[in-house]
Amino acid sequence: MNATSPTHRTVMRSQLGRARGLGSGHSGTGHWIVERVSAASLLPLSGWFVIQMFRLGGEDYEQVAKWGGKPVNATLLAALVATSFYHAEVGLQVIVDDYVHGKAHAPTKLLVKIGTGLLGLLGIVSVLKLALGRPASKG
Amino acid sequence: MQDVREALYVGSRSDGALIRRPMSPHLQVYKMRLSMFLSISNRITGVVATGGSALGVFWLAALAKGPKSFASARKVTGNPLGQLVLFGWILSLVWHTVGGLRHFIWDAGHRYDKKELNEDGPVALGVIAGVGVTLATALLGVSCCRARHRAKLLKKAS
Repeated sequence: MNATSPTHRTVMRSQLGRARGLGSGHSGTGHWIVERVSAASLLPLSGWFVIQMFRLGGEDYEQVAKWGGKPVNATLLAALVATSFYHAEVGLQVIVDDYVHGKAHAPTKLLVKIGTGLLGLLGIVSVLKLALGRPASKG
Repeated sequence: MQDVREALYVGSRSDGALIRRPMSPHLQVYKMRLSMFLSISNRITGVVATGGSALGVFWLAALAKGPKSFASARKVTGNPLGQLVLFGWILSLVWHTVGGLRHFIWDAGHRYDKKELNEDGPVALGVIAGVGVTLATALLGVSCCRARHRAKLLKKAS
């Protein structure tokens, strides 16, 4: 916030008038709920992934690729990736709202959306390729 | 765009001149307490866990791309520095999960009194340290053992 003295026009407007169009989009509760729901969904998905990693850690390429190509594994992996980055997006948004002010706020929020969105997509495309694509001979 | 909160800082002096009212002191007047530390650490570990998950997605992409990329990914994960990063990722995930579980308990309306909060903080820290270090060490240990065993078998076969 800047330290310049306020103009008369700023003062004459009511608090409600100032807040209109700048503040709540009436979506706060929804945001809070999806944060909790995605967190709760991540608990069993992460538990499954940890067990899988105990079985797979240190295995060679063929074994891991075979594991990722199985339909149930691919489904749960895609669900884990999607839910993780959705939860990350929702959580990072709150952090940006709290700590990034002024002009930087909107672009930072957009960057969070693009970043988490692209990472989630990369994960899902990779899972789909493992599950549906023909195994690459080179790479 | 001006911050909406600016409106709350507009005041007038007794002679009628408009001034910017002083802010009240914030965090700097409080002694750091465990509950404050656990609160902010939940956010920090959330960010760190997201970074780790991004690396996890790159691992998945390397696996999807083929054996050569997967071999390079394994060079990273097998490297001592990579192992340290993996350790930190697992620890921050456990940390954020414990913090999240506490939030669920509070959301349900329990353990939110001052006394209970102060009792639960050290317990949470203990659970984080115990579960986090055990899980990370076990997972990395099992993976290393298996990888070494594989390498030995390969050497014997060739």
